[in-house]
Amino acid sequence: MISPGKAKGEAIVSKEPIGFYGGIDAKTGIVIEKGHELEGKSVKNKILVFPQGKGSTVGSYVIYGLKKNGVAPVAIVNKETETIVATGVILAGIPCVDGIDIDKIKTGDKLVVDADQAIVEIG
Amino acid sequence: MLRITWRDRVDLTKEQERMLSGEHGEVLQRMFRLLVRLGDIYGADRMIPVGSVQVAGVSFKSIGDPGLEFLEDYASEGAKVQVLTYLNPPGMDLENWKDLGFPEDFAEKQMRIMEAFRKMGIITTATCTPYLAGNLPRFGGHVAWSESSAVSFVNSVIGARTNREGGPSALAAALCGVTPNYGLHLDENRKPNIVVKVGADLKFNSDFGALGYYVGKQVKKGIPYFRGIGGANTDQLKALGAAMAASGAVALYHVENLTLEAHLVDPKGLETIEVGEKELKETYGKLNTGKDPDIIIFGCPHASLREIAALASKLEGKRLKKPVWICTSRVMREAANRMGFTEVIEKAGGKVVADTCMVVSPIERMGYKTTGVNSGKAANYLPGFCKQEVVFGNIDELLKRVLE
Repeated sequence: MISPGKAKGEAIVSKEPIGFYGGIDAKTGIVIEKGHELEGKSVKNKILVFPQGKGSTVGSYVIYGLKKNGVAPVAIVNKETETIVATGVILAGIPCVDGIDIDKIKTGDKLVVDADQAIVEIG
Repeated sequence: MLRITWRDRVDLTKEQERMLSGEHGEVLQRMFRLLVRLGDIYGADRMIPVGSVQVAGVSFKSIGDPGLEFLEDYASEGAKVQVLTYLNPPGMDLENWKDLGFPEDFAEKQMRIMEAFRKMGIITTATCTPYLAGNLPRFGGHVAWSESSAVSFVNSVIGARTNREGGPSALAAALCGVTPNYGLHLDENRKPNIVVKVGADLKFNSDFGALGYYVGKQVKKGIPYFRGIGGANTDQLKALGAAMAASGAVALYHVENLTLEAHLVDPKGLETIEVGEKELKETYGKLNTGKDPDIIIFGCPHASLREIAALASKLEGKRLKKPVWICTSRVMREAANRMGFTEVIEKAGGKVVADTCMVVSPIERMGYKTTGVNSGKAANYLPGFCKQEVVFGNIDELLKRVLE
């Protein structure tokens, strides 16, 4: 568990790492990085699944901004959470689990995340 | 069901458990959770008290609106620091920004950031050289600093201990008064892993900057042990460490017969790289990407009083054709004012700029395209962060280009 909490929602999966600063618009929750596989998609109220973060450390504050603006994912599931994402989800209070075999999750899957128990259920 | 096993590896005291369970409010809970998770990721066994903190991520140019909003929110929740905490440079001179031509919209946001920090009890003396401005840890003391050159200086020259903290993790250490015990806090992680044999004559501070730039590229995250540096003052060590932390990620270095922990570590049997006149000359060549500077900026990291005095003596009674700035902390500027150095520099047409520096300020928005510097660190960052072409040289070469 990186950040505690429970959430239910629809998965949106990226095989590529996500850089939040310049990658996702904190006002809308839409992925804006050019050429990213999720470009144009919204992460709002989804369970965002990706291997790990990348890019600027300001990304932590963008994750906080997403939550504050009501457009954050309800939970984050990673293969390996690095410090940018770990810092962001903790500052924002978004449930986050890492160490998960994310290849088993597809966009559109209904997930139940219990970060306290470090469990992700595909429903 | 996808499941991993997980447990807290970091041992906490009763008081720390209470912080983590939210007894002291949500802000401290989240901040402490951040320290526990980082400790977990890096294998810390426990939390250790810190003597002081230096928080990076201060310039509006670096943290933008998302950072500003975060800081204002946390400050308005009543969060207060527990230890002496300084800041990294903001994006402008906090007093003379208008005269120096910093944009108004930028200034407004920057002042809000400073106010949020002040509310948290952070000393708004903002500098990358806190050790020259009243935040001086003791040898062996544990601190949580974040600016990379300050981290290098405090570990290597002062012999206090810190990891390279991020802005939020340093802020968390300041608010909770502790940091996770791992990395450079531990004796075993402070040993060198590469020897650098210097076979060049190092005269100017820019020579130390060029050496640092070259070595940082070679050793990356390593801990170099220098041989062959006969002598160096603290300004030169500051230049060396800053460049290595910029071109690489060096947070600690040792210099034979010079730095405090050099005799405690054993460099025997380590891989050795040699740096001679040829490598230094090539580095000077590589760092020069421009031809004719629009502005010359000294003071990266922030100038010491000795560096300001040296510039003043070279400008005494002279006139400059182009802007020359020397960036420093507010504390050094006060001393320079009292000694008349500021007046001499200003009479020649130069500026003593306090608080900020060229790397974190929006100089690209102020009409400058080519900047002359004597700092290996500045030469490393200006092309990317400020879209500048760079003229890299020693102080005499640079001034020759702009004196009437």
